[in-house]
Amino acid sequence: MAVPNEPATRARPAKLDLAGALKDAALAAFVAFGLFSLMLGLRTDTGASGRLQVSPRPGLLATVVAAVFAGRLMVALIARSRIAADFTRSVQTITPQFEKLGRFVAPALLALALLAPVLFYSNRYILDLGILVLTYIMLGWGLNIVVGLAGLLDLGYVAFYAVGAYAYALLAQNFGLSFWICLPLAGILAAFWGVMLGFPVLRLRGDYLAIVTLAFGEIIRIVIINWQSFTNGPNGISGIPRPSFFGAPFNDSEAGFAALFGLEFNPVHRIIFLFYLILALALLTNFVTLRLRRLPIGRAWEALREDEIACRSLGINTTNTKLTAFAMGAMFGGFAGSFFATRQGFISPESFVFMESALVLAIVVLGGMGSQLGVAVAALVMIGGFEFFRQFEQFRMLVFGIAMVSIMVWRPRGLIATRTPSVFLQKKKIIPADIIEEARQ
Amino acid sequence: MEYFLQQLINGIVLGSIYGLVAIGYTMVYGIIGMINFAHGDVFMVGAFLALIAFLALLAIGVTAIPLALFLVLIVAMLLAALYGWAVERLAYRPLRGSHRLAPLISAIGMSIVLQNYVQLAQGARVKPLPPLIPGGYTLWEHNGFAVQLSNVQIIIVVTTLALMIVFSWLVSATKLGRNMRACEQDLKMASLVGVDIDRTISLTFVIGAALAAVAGVMYLLYYGVIDFFIGFIAGVKAFTAAVLGGIGSLPGAMLGGLLIGLIETFWSAYFSAEYKDVAAFSILVLVLIFMPTGILGRPEVEKV
Repeated sequence: MAVPNEPATRARPAKLDLAGALKDAALAAFVAFGLFSLMLGLRTDTGASGRLQVSPRPGLLATVVAAVFAGRLMVALIARSRIAADFTRSVQTITPQFEKLGRFVAPALLALALLAPVLFYSNRYILDLGILVLTYIMLGWGLNIVVGLAGLLDLGYVAFYAVGAYAYALLAQNFGLSFWICLPLAGILAAFWGVMLGFPVLRLRGDYLAIVTLAFGEIIRIVIINWQSFTNGPNGISGIPRPSFFGAPFNDSEAGFAALFGLEFNPVHRIIFLFYLILALALLTNFVTLRLRRLPIGRAWEALREDEIACRSLGINTTNTKLTAFAMGAMFGGFAGSFFATRQGFISPESFVFMESALVLAIVVLGGMGSQLGVAVAALVMIGGFEFFRQFEQFRMLVFGIAMVSIMVWRPRGLIATRTPSVFLQKKKIIPADIIEEARQ
Repeated sequence: MEYFLQQLINGIVLGSIYGLVAIGYTMVYGIIGMINFAHGDVFMVGAFLALIAFLALLAIGVTAIPLALFLVLIVAMLLAALYGWAVERLAYRPLRGSHRLAPLISAIGMSIVLQNYVQLAQGARVKPLPPLIPGGYTLWEHNGFAVQLSNVQIIIVVTTLALMIVFSWLVSATKLGRNMRACEQDLKMASLVGVDIDRTISLTFVIGAALAAVAGVMYLLYYGVIDFFIGFIAGVKAFTAAVLGGIGSLPGAMLGGLLIGLIETFWSAYFSAEYKDVAAFSILVLVLIFMPTGILGRPEVEKV
């Protein structure tokens, strides 16, 4: 059993082994030198003649290798001292504390979200950012049904987002349907695609599902790019109808929203409407998930996540159970997609690349698979947080990747919160997954 | 007919490259039962290492192409093997025995890390390299259409064959190969009878990464242009090859690679080049539905 934060670290005598630590660090630095020597030490660029040239970057290489040496030395020294044990203990107590705190954090966040348009009425930037964060929260919650509750790894979630966006764009443009008619249609279409894809594949083992969804995400994108007559190919669809307030458009005409309510026309009205729209959609996702978790199907999902073979032995139809989770997640992805299309007014295949799926998955993983609040906090930190570090934008995916790996190594059930199954036998007795795993072996 | 022959040659060459990458997937899956999503990116890293090493050799005055290519191949294999080792050590080894989604998510994370690391370190632009090995033979000329066999293609197929022979010998006749086969059958039992499983798994990753690096070098020679994203598509296709051949089976990986290479080439030649990736991915789905054990694979029984 390789559980990194076992109390074993505490039992070890707190003796400082400087020579051993130095040796460790030197070895790590040597490996780092090997890894980075060519990739960071030399940079290829197109020279004046149009041919590639290399230019050395010894400074960068030396810095990185030195950083690895120092980092490894620190880790080696700390791991042998008392600090590590204290740290591990404090981390282990974070989760219950966070869950206690959750009672206050969730209503506080909700109140903040409800009041944001009032507080930041004149600050369009904040409102736009809020809409973006809420979109990712909704996507995160949608994917959470699939990954967090049912334990199915979906790497092509963005495909359903694309189906929703294109469904709205094409229906609205070709048939002049309004947003409120298109929204459920887009959700149904996305769910339909989810079933179409899921039906043959969900009988397979979990890791096959991951790669098939990955391939499916790419197929959808390639088809969108190449089916020019239908989707306008790589140029995308522009001029997608903007949302209206139940028929009243957000413009300064007689029948517009402002005139209807006797307000002075202000373009920010539309932004605020979009903000509340995505907030409502996200809360709908959350509400449905919370209620589903109490239904037999939700409990079956959680059981499936914990142990598929036990589920089958108990007579649960695993394929159908998985399929519902998959379709449900796809439907919310479709909703989010239509919202995206109406907000942007322009969509192209560029918006639906694999990195987008990876980003949503990273949010779910960081937030703690299955935890609603954790996902919301993760989306807030990851999407909102990076907006404040705009100059580090290019490092975002790198940081996400590193975070995904380190969280799996360190706290595989999620960093911020964990979600244990909703129902227990008699007393509330939490059996950690690692013990279950141990018992199975 | 000439067109068909030409496509056949192209398909076999492409299939050799896929096959070499597929071996890495199939070996890792055979031993620890996980899909190493980062393997495609190790292939990409191998191609980049080769490109940089080649340019560096040119810069210090090694201009004899055969010598330079040989050195490049060695350097790329060694360093990519180091990458394979580091990936396993950092992202997978601590997760052995964890819940079943953990290694998959960790692998996705590692794949994202490698892609973005290369993008940041070397830039997002495509890296072109002029053809290094010129020349070739015209096999057959008929109706103004010539069937060409270039020297690069010969080198790729010969190298792949040679590596396959060495590799089969390694698995079937050496101590390491015996350990690997033991781990494949039962990891826990193998450790009980004295097989150092950590070492064996590490070496599996190292060998897989070295083979992927060779494939990367060949990709660079054959297409002459690489970017940080090639590992993603090539990885999915090589995985498809591994599944098609029967995951866990080494000859299966090579056979699957050849089939995928041929299918993709013929699809783009006779139907549409735009949808060649869709063809490869559809095969993955179809194989998984109708023939989940692949051509040469063994049926897998899930036990409690």
